[in-house]
Amino acid sequence: MFPSAFFFLDRRLSLTSSQPHTRARGVQLLSEVLHECYGNLTEREVLIAFYENRLKDHYIITPPVLQGLRALTKCTVLPPGSAVSMLRSLFQDVHVQVRLDSVAASRFYLKIYPKKFLKGLGADFVFGFVQSMDGERDPRNLLLAFQIAKNIIHRGYDLGKFTEELFEVTSCYFPIDFTPPANDPHGITKEELIEALRAVLSGTPKFAEFLLPLIIEKLDSDVQSAKLDSLQTLTACLSQYEHKDVAEFLEGLWTSLRREVFQTSSERIESAGLAALTTLTSCLSRSVLNSDSEDSLSTFLDLVLKDCKHHLCEPDLKLVWPSAKLLQAACSASNRASHIITAAVMPSLIDQYSSRTQCSHRRTLLEVVVRFIQSVKTSQSSENEESVFSAFRESLCSMVFSALSETNSSLQITATSMLTSLAQQTGLLLDSDIELAVDHLTRLLLTEEDDRVSLAVVECAGALAALHPAAFITKLIPRLKTEIVASEQYSHHAVRQRCLSALAAVSTQPSIVRESTPVLLEVLSSAHTGNLVGFSVEEVVLACRSLQRIAEQVQDTEETGQCFHEVIIPRLLSLALQAALQGLSGFLSGCFHVVRLAGQTASRAVSLFLDGDVSFLPDNSFPSHIQLLKQGDSWSQSQMVCLLMGCVCSLPRSVEVPQIDQLLSQLEEMSCTCSHPLSYTSAAKCFAGLVNKRSQGDSLDSLIQRTTKRVCSELDSTSSPVRTQAFTLMIWVAKALLLRYHPLSTALTDKLFSLLGDADLGAMAADGFSLLMSDSADVLNRGCHADVRIMYRQRFFSENSAKLVQGFNAAPQEKKPNYLKALSNIVNKLPKQETVLLLSLLLEALLCPDQGVQLSTLSCLEPVLINPPPALIQQLEALVSRLLALICSASHGYVRIASLRCIHALSRFPEHEILPFRARVLRALARPLDDKKRLVRSEAVQARGEWFLLGSPGGR
Amino acid sequence: LVSSGGLKMSGGTRLENANPVIFQRSGERLLTASEEDEDVHDPIDDREIFDILSINDPEHPLSLEELNVVEQVRVKVNDAESTVGVEFTPTIPHCSMATLIGLSIKVKLLRSLPDRFKIDVHITPGTHASEEAVNKQLADKERVAAALENSSLLEVVNQCLSTRNI
Repeated sequence: MFPSAFFFLDRRLSLTSSQPHTRARGVQLLSEVLHECYGNLTEREVLIAFYENRLKDHYIITPPVLQGLRALTKCTVLPPGSAVSMLRSLFQDVHVQVRLDSVAASRFYLKIYPKKFLKGLGADFVFGFVQSMDGERDPRNLLLAFQIAKNIIHRGYDLGKFTEELFEVTSCYFPIDFTPPANDPHGITKEELIEALRAVLSGTPKFAEFLLPLIIEKLDSDVQSAKLDSLQTLTACLSQYEHKDVAEFLEGLWTSLRREVFQTSSERIESAGLAALTTLTSCLSRSVLNSDSEDSLSTFLDLVLKDCKHHLCEPDLKLVWPSAKLLQAACSASNRASHIITAAVMPSLIDQYSSRTQCSHRRTLLEVVVRFIQSVKTSQSSENEESVFSAFRESLCSMVFSALSETNSSLQITATSMLTSLAQQTGLLLDSDIELAVDHLTRLLLTEEDDRVSLAVVECAGALAALHPAAFITKLIPRLKTEIVASEQYSHHAVRQRCLSALAAVSTQPSIVRESTPVLLEVLSSAHTGNLVGFSVEEVVLACRSLQRIAEQVQDTEETGQCFHEVIIPRLLSLALQAALQGLSGFLSGCFHVVRLAGQTASRAVSLFLDGDVSFLPDNSFPSHIQLLKQGDSWSQSQMVCLLMGCVCSLPRSVEVPQIDQLLSQLEEMSCTCSHPLSYTSAAKCFAGLVNKRSQGDSLDSLIQRTTKRVCSELDSTSSPVRTQAFTLMIWVAKALLLRYHPLSTALTDKLFSLLGDADLGAMAADGFSLLMSDSADVLNRGCHADVRIMYRQRFFSENSAKLVQGFNAAPQEKKPNYLKALSNIVNKLPKQETVLLLSLLLEALLCPDQGVQLSTLSCLEPVLINPPPALIQQLEALVSRLLALICSASHGYVRIASLRCIHALSRFPEHEILPFRARVLRALARPLDDKKRLVRSEAVQARGEWFLLGSPGGR
Repeated sequence: LVSSGGLKMSGGTRLENANPVIFQRSGERLLTASEEDEDVHDPIDDREIFDILSINDPEHPLSLEELNVVEQVRVKVNDAESTVGVEFTPTIPHCSMATLIGLSIKVKLLRSLPDRFKIDVHITPGTHASEEAVNKQLADKERVAAALENSSLLEVVNQCLSTRNI
């Protein structure tokens, strides 16, 4: 290629034409060529001069010229001074008024790229840029301009005397007010513009003297979003500034921030204001003090204290909280700030607390103190530093302990959270304080009747025990043990309950678990032997729950793991077996949850159930060869199968279950023949749980086919005594297979569809769909490592919705409710996009007289209404009249409530769509205002209130 | 009824009472078993009316309850005779918002109660300088109706009745 030859040839051909379009095509061609061969150009000066000259030509030619210049800037070596001259021409000759997109875009593009040459241009470049973006209104260009301005600032161009100009030309857009037009193809959002502009304005401290007055002015605005933007921009720039940048604006900033927090009507603005105050304080804290300069931090904090501190002495007035929040925001900024502020406010708060007599005042003061302690917690960086509160330790302790001894429950609750916060201040509390705290907590646990207080106490004990286990081991646990186990006459149900949950809450450290679990086991075994007077089933369950909670929360160490597998679980199984042999009930449900956690025990459990091997159980006095899976004489033994399910169905898929074929066949037998509902259901679930995890292959397929055949033949004989059992097994196996996308699931789900028309099982089949679609808590969920494919519900729905609609249309009138119920069970669990496909069927279902169908239809409609699809808006008439009919006529209160919620949700639809219904809805809603049920009335009041606001001034 | 001129509430305006005493909110009404029983008829009681009146104060982002403008003991309802009486207490004796607050309470009750109720809203005796005049205005059906024709007044009332959100 000979570029220069080509160039002259081309020029002669078209660049001298009198038609600007022809000239433009010529330049375009040249520019494209340059893009291909910029690497070996020799005539760069000539080309640059040519292009600069072309910029003066007709505006149509500008885009290809810019393209060409861009190609030239890609040259590795530009002649000295050429970049500067190119840019001069650009700024001079390209007018922003030429608003072709490509023009603007390529112009700015040009400027971002060859930055390596531009520093020499310095202030001239900035000035050129300022001139070219002045008056820009196109959001795309603005976004680009803001990005360039940010680059100019960040890459250290010399702004020279044009700092103010650059600020002016960008800040005139602040705060951004931009609503993208509907169907905007460029997708530029207000947030993008805000972020981009904020990056410019907060980019350099050089802007401080201009920006801060501007922000103070904009904070006065009535527009909430402008306030918010101003506060956030302030926060952003303060994190870059030094104290000298803000020094002269401190008073103005403080006045504005104080006003925003004192008089705010919005939580977002309040928190943005507080965040700005924190950043401002930490900006001042970063300043280095000279001997002759004043300490701007303490000057500023004096200002804050002067305006806020006295409000802390008026705990019944409104401003106590805004003042406390402001002080805490400043306090959390730095260590020095927290020292200054706490030294100023704590003495008076402590003083106030002891002199006030009204409980509500003392509680407010206590809460203020708690927030102060918490605000310091976040800023404490170095561990060995003394706590800010050390000087007040004694008074704070006596404050918290006196509050714990009060009779007022809200004071006690606040005191527990104060105790927690104090304990979290590193090195603040002494051992003796902790011991005293444990004494107080123990006393409250044993004596306090108020549920909210005991909940708070248990929570506090848990938090403290994690930090200071020793005091809990020596004091709390022995005391609780005595209370639970030993004392018979005084201890009653509620106290035991609290003790049990406290034991669980404090057991977070292995050292505590060592002490607490034996107590719980002792409770369980004494409950059994009847040693404990009045020990109820719920307490047994609670003790097991506590064990479960401990297993879940304790630090996973080898020691605790072993403790659970070797001691606790065998002991529990043994207790459960004893109970079963003695015909006691109520033990199982508790044990189940603990046993689930025990993977390693699974093989022992299998041999216990299949072979009657009891050798691993402690207190071994069982008869040998007990047969738990054989149809025995008592259901108390057969229901033990739910423990087997707990053990084997929660294993990871990689762990082999021993003797699985034998186990499966016995489970199948039991589930098809047993007459005790818990037993056959558990057997079916256990079977399903194992089938779900078996590896793919012929042995699995033949197992499924065998089971399917057996189940279907039982279901087909209407006189069979075990149809319910067969149905239960079918539905669980279907679920197990559906979850893993097994192709053989279809035979079972089709059977389920056909049962919707069955005289006896129809209603059960409809409910069965809910079981298929929902997560079950104890088996076949991800927590049990089951094989659950994503989107299995959607897949089931898309494969079967047609069958359902067909079945519905074909069914005789009296069977239709079963189909609608099945439908609502499916749709209830689906994401709402899928629901939309069935809108017309859902609307149909609203007419169904069955309450269950109405309720579940309404509950799947409500979330759809929050973000209504266009299809729904077309059916508004049908929807509104059906909902209003239900509101007035439904016999069940919950249906009326659900319909009212839907009508309420409708009030947030686009105004022009629903305004025509306003009068009708308001009339119809007058009636439920006089409903006999209060809950219905209160929903009606809310819904009617919203509909009244619709289309009314100041309403919406 | 009230001139809408003095009602501009914006960030910069001076509040009449910038630091009022605040009162604790009563907790949520506890649900009883009979309320869930479809066969039981729940009468409309004082607490229910009081809960309906969780209205925002036009000056503060606080509810009338938190400012003690409305208290449960000053709400009286008789379901059988279909009457409701509400006494409200302005935060300061010269509060210019008194009529507006009373109007908002009245409108809220009109929107929330069945037609059969006769609604009486007035100032707690002895708590406001122009108590009698305000009460008279609030009792006059025609003046209330006329006030709500005034769109700028209706706007402020609606703002008070909007659920708190920003």
